Amino acid sequence: MKMLGRSYMVIIFICLYLPIAYLIFYSFNSGGTMTNFDGFTLEHYKSVFTDRRLIVILLNTVAVALISAGLATLIGIGGAIGLYNIRMKRLKQSLLSLNNVMIVSPDVIIGASLLILFTVLGISLGAFSVILAHIAFSVPIVVLMILPKLQDMNASYLDAARDLGANSFDVLWRVIIPHIKPGILAGFFMALTYSLDDFAVTFFVTGGGFSVLSVEIYAMARRGISLEINAISTLVFLVVLLIALGYYFITTRPSVKRGGIT
Amino acid sequence: MKSTVSMILAAVGIGALILFGTRFVNPVPNEEGNVLHVYNWGEYIDPDLLAKFEEETGIRVIYETFDSNEAMKVKVNQGGTNYDVVFPSEYMVEKMVVEDLLMPLDHEQIPNMKNIGDNFLDQPFDPGNTYSLPYFWGTVGVLYHPETTEGLDFSDWDTLWDDRLENDILMVDGAREVMGVGLNSMGHSLNETNEEVLQEAEEKLEALGPNVRGIVGDEIAAMMEVNEAKAAVVWSGMAQDIMWENEALDFTVPEGGSNLWFDTMVIPRTAQNVEGAHQFMNFLLDPENGAQNTEWVGYATPNEAAYQLLDKEIRQDERFYPDQEQQEELEVYRNLGPEMISLYNELFLRFKMALE
Amino acid sequence: MMRRLLFIPYLIWIVLFVVAPLGLMVGYSFFDISGNPTLANYGAFFSSEYFEMTLSSFWYAFLITLFSLLISYPLALAIRQTKHKMFWLLLIILPTWINLLLKTYAFIGMFGKEGLVNAVATALGFAEQQLLFSDIAFIIVSVYIFIPFMLLPIFNAVDGIENNLLSAARDLGASKWDVLMRVLMPLSLPGIKTGIQIVFIPSLSLFMITRLITGNKVITLGTAIEQQFLTTENWGMGSTIGVFLILAMMLVMTVTSGRNKETGRVGRL
Repeated sequence: MKMLGRSYMVIIFICLYLPIAYLIFYSFNSGGTMTNFDGFTLEHYKSVFTDRRLIVILLNTVAVALISAGLATLIGIGGAIGLYNIRMKRLKQSLLSLNNVMIVSPDVIIGASLLILFTVLGISLGAFSVILAHIAFSVPIVVLMILPKLQDMNASYLDAARDLGANSFDVLWRVIIPHIKPGILAGFFMALTYSLDDFAVTFFVTGGGFSVLSVEIYAMARRGISLEINAISTLVFLVVLLIALGYYFITTRPSVKRGGIT
Repeated sequence: MKSTVSMILAAVGIGALILFGTRFVNPVPNEEGNVLHVYNWGEYIDPDLLAKFEEETGIRVIYETFDSNEAMKVKVNQGGTNYDVVFPSEYMVEKMVVEDLLMPLDHEQIPNMKNIGDNFLDQPFDPGNTYSLPYFWGTVGVLYHPETTEGLDFSDWDTLWDDRLENDILMVDGAREVMGVGLNSMGHSLNETNEEVLQEAEEKLEALGPNVRGIVGDEIAAMMEVNEAKAAVVWSGMAQDIMWENEALDFTVPEGGSNLWFDTMVIPRTAQNVEGAHQFMNFLLDPENGAQNTEWVGYATPNEAAYQLLDKEIRQDERFYPDQEQQEELEVYRNLGPEMISLYNELFLRFKMALE
Repeated sequence: MMRRLLFIPYLIWIVLFVVAPLGLMVGYSFFDISGNPTLANYGAFFSSEYFEMTLSSFWYAFLITLFSLLISYPLALAIRQTKHKMFWLLLIILPTWINLLLKTYAFIGMFGKEGLVNAVATALGFAEQQLLFSDIAFIIVSVYIFIPFMLLPIFNAVDGIENNLLSAARDLGASKWDVLMRVLMPLSLPGIKTGIQIVFIPSLSLFMITRLITGNKVITLGTAIEQQFLTTENWGMGSTIGVFLILAMMLVMTVTSGRNKETGRVGRL
């Protein structure tokens, strides 16, 4: 059974990483595009390091992702707990529906309406408006990730905690948060994904020269995406992979039982 | 177990630090300084020219990119950030003029305007070039693989309907372009407004359905480079890009009419640095700069003086610089008004839904 | 009290970023392309074209969700058995941090006539396939995108299940299949439901890959909205389709969240 699981995992991982490998392969292409491999070169990597504009854009992208995912997660934690506490079924259901409006709305609609909203409110377009927009569309995914964890929480824990004299702050901090931790982390990571992937919303709400990678990439589409983008993606990918591997080796001591994503 | 929340707070903190750090990588000028906000298509200007312009004038260029005319218009219209020079396509210029989004140009401040060829000035979408100056131009035609399409003559639009091309044509995802194939092949104008004629054109297109492998956007380039289809209806500029990568392909503009398009330079009404915007346009129209930019971008330039500086091989390529006679057959898209455009899109959608 | 306070930012978020844009969208849906009030958009929506589109959107969303679930559930169980769960999960999420357009171009390269997949297929003696522009390619790419979204909630659900519970079931003579169906499945149901919501709802409005991978041969409601906004510039019609998407979402929510008995029992936190 274990063998079967392992081999299944390997197959899925190969599939997941095939397109990535393809991108990385072509980042070394001395030709101009992702189609014909002419020869090996490191030229695209060199130009990444000399292109200040691109480096700023990359840093912007990472910063927006971290800030918006973090804040969205905090808002989402409060939201999920609040939703869970609502007893009236109707109200709960309607709030949940509102929660999901952002998930089902196509990006153009979100982008256009946020643009209108921001200009009406007089928020100037730039880093701040982009972060605000990313928080806006990341909150619902966090809530959805945390809710099932709240639902499978055993009420007797809470009762026990209260019986032992814990105040509501302690219950939240010592019982609820630790229990829903896997949900919180999953929400945070999915929010990062949302933020890094988004193009349309960012396009509409950005301004003042502030740009992120996805907007640059889409704008390049008409003239063909430069392989510099492949190179920069490869670099980002390797950095994150290294962090993950580092984590792997640090935690090679027997991992703590239970607790989901630790 | 406070670690979860503190970890998330740490992420926010790190993000804020990075954002702050970007100031030092590429210092943002204070808004008091002389800055110029340029809004253009991605990869559509030689970055060296931007640096040269900054050096010559001391104006700092803030460069942003867009990927569609319509999305760009929403941004310009809604405000929030003020662009000084924008590069819309010709049909969008007409729309923006109607909606009063553009500022009339001061031709006195653009002496290099004289470099532009007469053929490309005073076009119906902007009579007298009150609002716009052409940046690059081109046509719509057929990009094909001569080896696998032997015996097919693409100088006629009707060739696309040939059985031998079954499931082997790619088309660009544009209502005007695709409907245009139908209209041109029947000898009608690209600006046809007769509903019956348009219906007929759509019906004729439906007969093309079995030959159509897909209707795609910019990724058509990536596909044609690896011979995904034998033929494709594309803009000339894009065809040039593709042929750069795949030398086995050839391009032709069929007889019986086709589209003449322009990408232009305009100044939105909300521009803050009007003088700088004029300077920038004038700079790009300089013969040397224009030639350098044309070599970098690879599209056809309307700048006659710059054209003369290009390689002979490029200048004499009639596929991309058609002669006078061919040019007369070409038609610029007119703004047909929202109702008519809706109809074009509706018919185009019907055609798409009828595929397979 | 504390928890009320925590709920406030969320409520502000709902009012500012959900209710306000939603109001705007519903408002727009009653105006035609020239800005005159009208009901024609709703009339147009009930024409045959949009009905067909709605059906095909649902059908593809269903298939995408189904395959994501079939792939992700065993994957979640497999990861549950590993030592470094966090590491493997991170490896699954990692590809989602590479730009989607870039990955889609990679798929175009791989699925093309002369692409990797065909090279392998012909080397193995299969006939050349026309994968690009097929609905199969569309589903493969969509499932690829959504696997992490389906996996995470399911993993969180199965990982919370105590091991000794499963061994107890085994000790009591339950077969592996019984353990799966009678113990694992019911206990992981909330996770599965969340996964379905997170995959099904956004796949109704997928747009970019319908054009890139299927060459517009698959047209979903998302594609139609994008085109109404960015090609026709008919915000009214685009908004109308958007309103229907939201109604469809609510329907899905009602179906997937119905009768969650446990919720009532657990009571307030």
